[in-house]
Amino acid sequence: MLVQALIKPNTYFDSVSLMSLSTKANQIEEVEQAIIAMGTEMNKEVMKNVGLMTPEVETAGASDLIIVVKATTDELCETAFERINELFTKKNSGKKGKNDIKYSTISSAAGSNPEANLAIIAVNGAYAAREAKKALENDLHVMMFSDNVSVEDEIELKKLAHEKGLLMMGPDCGTAIIGNTALCFANAVRKGNIGIVGASGTGSQEVSVRIHEFGYGISQLIGTGGRDLKEEVGGIMMLDGIQALEDDEETKVIVVVSKPPAPSVEEKVLAKIKTCKKPVVVWFIGGNEEKITEAGAHFAKMSKEAALKAVLLAGADESKLNKRALNIPLIEEVRTKLTPEQKYIRGLFSGGTLADEAMHAAMEKFDNVYSNIQRNPEYRLKDRYTSQDHTFIDFGDDEYTQGKPHPMIDPSTRLERFIQEAKDPSVGVIVMDFVIGYGAHEDPVGAFLPAIIEAKQQAEQEGRHLEIIGYVLGTELDPQDYEEQINKLLAAEVTHASSMQNAGLLAREFVVKGE
Amino acid sequence: MSRISDLFKSRPHVINVGIESFKDDLLQQGSEVIHLEWTPPGRGNPALIAALDKFENPAILEKIEEANKLAVERIINSQPVLIGYDQAINCVPGMTKTTILHAGPPITWDKMNGPMKGAVTGAIVFEGLAKDVEEAAKLAASGEITFSPCHEHNCVGSMAGVTSASMFMHIVENKTYGNIAYTNLSEQLAKILRMGANDQSVIDRLIWMRDVFGPILRDAMRLNPNGIDLRLMLAQALHMGDECHNRNVAGTTLLIQALTPYILETDYTIQQKKEVFEFVASSDYFSGPTWMAMAKCALDAAHGIENSTVVTTMARNGVEFGIRVSGMPGNTWFTGPAQKVIGPMFAGYKPEDSGLDIGDSAITETYGFGGFAMATAPAIVALVGGTPDDAIGYTTKMKEITTTENPNVTIPVLDFAGLPTGIDVRKVIQTGIMPVINTAIAHKDAGIGMIGAGITYPPVEAFEKAMLALSENIQ
Repeated sequence: MLVQALIKPNTYFDSVSLMSLSTKANQIEEVEQAIIAMGTEMNKEVMKNVGLMTPEVETAGASDLIIVVKATTDELCETAFERINELFTKKNSGKKGKNDIKYSTISSAAGSNPEANLAIIAVNGAYAAREAKKALENDLHVMMFSDNVSVEDEIELKKLAHEKGLLMMGPDCGTAIIGNTALCFANAVRKGNIGIVGASGTGSQEVSVRIHEFGYGISQLIGTGGRDLKEEVGGIMMLDGIQALEDDEETKVIVVVSKPPAPSVEEKVLAKIKTCKKPVVVWFIGGNEEKITEAGAHFAKMSKEAALKAVLLAGADESKLNKRALNIPLIEEVRTKLTPEQKYIRGLFSGGTLADEAMHAAMEKFDNVYSNIQRNPEYRLKDRYTSQDHTFIDFGDDEYTQGKPHPMIDPSTRLERFIQEAKDPSVGVIVMDFVIGYGAHEDPVGAFLPAIIEAKQQAEQEGRHLEIIGYVLGTELDPQDYEEQINKLLAAEVTHASSMQNAGLLAREFVVKGE
Repeated sequence: MSRISDLFKSRPHVINVGIESFKDDLLQQGSEVIHLEWTPPGRGNPALIAALDKFENPAILEKIEEANKLAVERIINSQPVLIGYDQAINCVPGMTKTTILHAGPPITWDKMNGPMKGAVTGAIVFEGLAKDVEEAAKLAASGEITFSPCHEHNCVGSMAGVTSASMFMHIVENKTYGNIAYTNLSEQLAKILRMGANDQSVIDRLIWMRDVFGPILRDAMRLNPNGIDLRLMLAQALHMGDECHNRNVAGTTLLIQALTPYILETDYTIQQKKEVFEFVASSDYFSGPTWMAMAKCALDAAHGIENSTVVTTMARNGVEFGIRVSGMPGNTWFTGPAQKVIGPMFAGYKPEDSGLDIGDSAITETYGFGGFAMATAPAIVALVGGTPDDAIGYTTKMKEITTTENPNVTIPVLDFAGLPTGIDVRKVIQTGIMPVINTAIAHKDAGIGMIGAGITYPPVEAFEKAMLALSENIQ
């Protein structure tokens, strides 16, 4: 073992810095033991006691810096000195700005940043209501992504927000666009004069991208959370949302998106719409046309229809719109490719409302349509792992996520199911959504591509045609490359649907037999 | 609806709680986002969350806020003045010839750690109650010695905090509220009683302090009719780069400068006075205990206010960390295990040589300096492992768990913001942020002394117990 010392005459460092440097020096791999200290009598005494005394150390004075190293070889001592010298010259890597101030509570963050106006709450449901309440008390609008919040808490929060004139979007609200800024899961769309209030996240996303595709834009997209139109909550946020859009100068047309509300809530919402001075398009997925029309609203049965009505009300010239009608020759062609045994649709969705819309399209022609989101318990899937006749699955439902991230982020569960369905000879068509935009997977189609290609080859070997419909929900402004997603589908011989409405209708029509 | 239309007209300026990728998406869109450093309140413990919720009840909240306002007013308005020095037996309440005061919450001899046992036996020898440390250890175990926390006698004690009858104490009077606080004299560094060292050199120094140093300081202050305003001096020292717990260069210079004219006037020999000045100059720590007594004096004035959740004591005995809270009067301690101190060590020592966190010096952080004022002491940021920005970060973070800022003692680099003042048990539980403490590291074995310095945190259990007790107490 070698002990070598390096003396830097008349070099002062304070003791705290030297202690810190010594500690770091002792962590250097080559170093058996090291001391960096000023040459005071006390320090030299310590060095003597621990066997690090050398003649150079002996002669060092109190104003000299001593670096003494114990290592196994000369070279290692040299390396150690080099590394220690690096410690002395190591400089701070750039200044931190004011933005790096860390806050731990909403109150402190809001207190120090009076310009803050909205809180996104995405914590475990057990804590979410507390945080949302704090946000509202600090006069912040709230978007609550968290779910598993009690209905009682939801009502209390929404009442508090209503009293204070604040938005309480959620719980379980995944989509909003405020001031042309996408919050959580939303797409980059043009700024425009159509406002959306949605109880359903992907439904609102779908309408917003269709409006964008028709050349129009969104003023605001307000999410309410999925439970807002239930009896207990009473549509507090939906009613406030409609009012807010009515008051908003930029909004010319309002679109309301939801599953069919509880009857008492539907009454309230339609009464509100009746007095609204602006035209309102209502898309209640599977909703009742008559009541809606009676309220003076514009009824839409499907998503693209809702977007179309909205842009026409906003002043679009119908003759100049590309409405993307269904491709009838394609339907004929696919029908001829399918054998009589290939009867069923399997819809595998990451978006709940997208599943719902496709399912409703199928239900118009078939009775045997099963799903985990069927309202009629008779048609609810008995076993979540096994499909039955026509099956539509919303993989965002709790029973499928099982603690994993949402399928828009983590494709694994849906991917496994796809591989399973592709092997089923009774399957006529598999229909899937690929959602891009803020919050979503960076390459959702890419995640499925190898499995799609393999499944197609496998089916071909078995002598059957595997028909897959893919729909990419997004716009060319989204952070992911929209065109590239579509091109990936086309390259894998997947039928690309231009909208969710078309995807649902195509799937249905492909498996209609003997018409 | 005006708030909603305001929102529509501007862009969202978001406070993001939870999923961090939402922040990144917003930044990508050019939005302003503050991402919270959020953890589940009360570490997710339902009883603690229930207690937090209870304290949100408007009627209870109002009581607590009012009580805390009073508590921090008393801390801020306290004017601790050094009025003299005297032997403990002559001034400390409850002191007897066989009493030994120690740091931290109550502890029995058999449970004391190495440094504290070393200090206790050294003090027994110093007091002439035993001829050597072996005999002293027997005496300590015999039950004939009364052990009691410094804090329960209006005192504080650095490190082991061992204080015996004939040791000289600072006497600090609160000119606003009238209470008095005491603390021992600095033995300077490094092989000293309070660090657990107890050989003959330590005893000899204690004897000199009793026979020369203490009497000179006592007699000097008898010549000073006004005393020395310690809050004012603390504020000056902080402006000069001290945080007055681990860095005391400026404070010591100011204090000895204030004492010098009176020391010169005393009747002692030039040689004795010279010894005093040399002793003071031998370590920057001379004023360290003085600031502790100053803080204790102010915090005692804020103790015992019904419904207050403000912490008035943080102290460690080397085994347990104890806190006292204003709303839980008297000597109600809430404890948890003492923690390791992480930081640079003197040459030749390793982390495994360290004793656990010890001493009453965390009274400085309880007042709002020390670790809470790291931003004032860029020269010692190596203690916190980094840069002046890190130091500022520590101070800023402490605002998250304190009640207000002390306008009397300010931090230049933070635009002269006041010290973060009045640690609130509720906020600690809510945020999971622990008060940061700058402190020295004593060797784990008796008789060796100081081996490093660094930072440490209280155990969360102490605050959790306090929260639950407060929740039962405040109705």
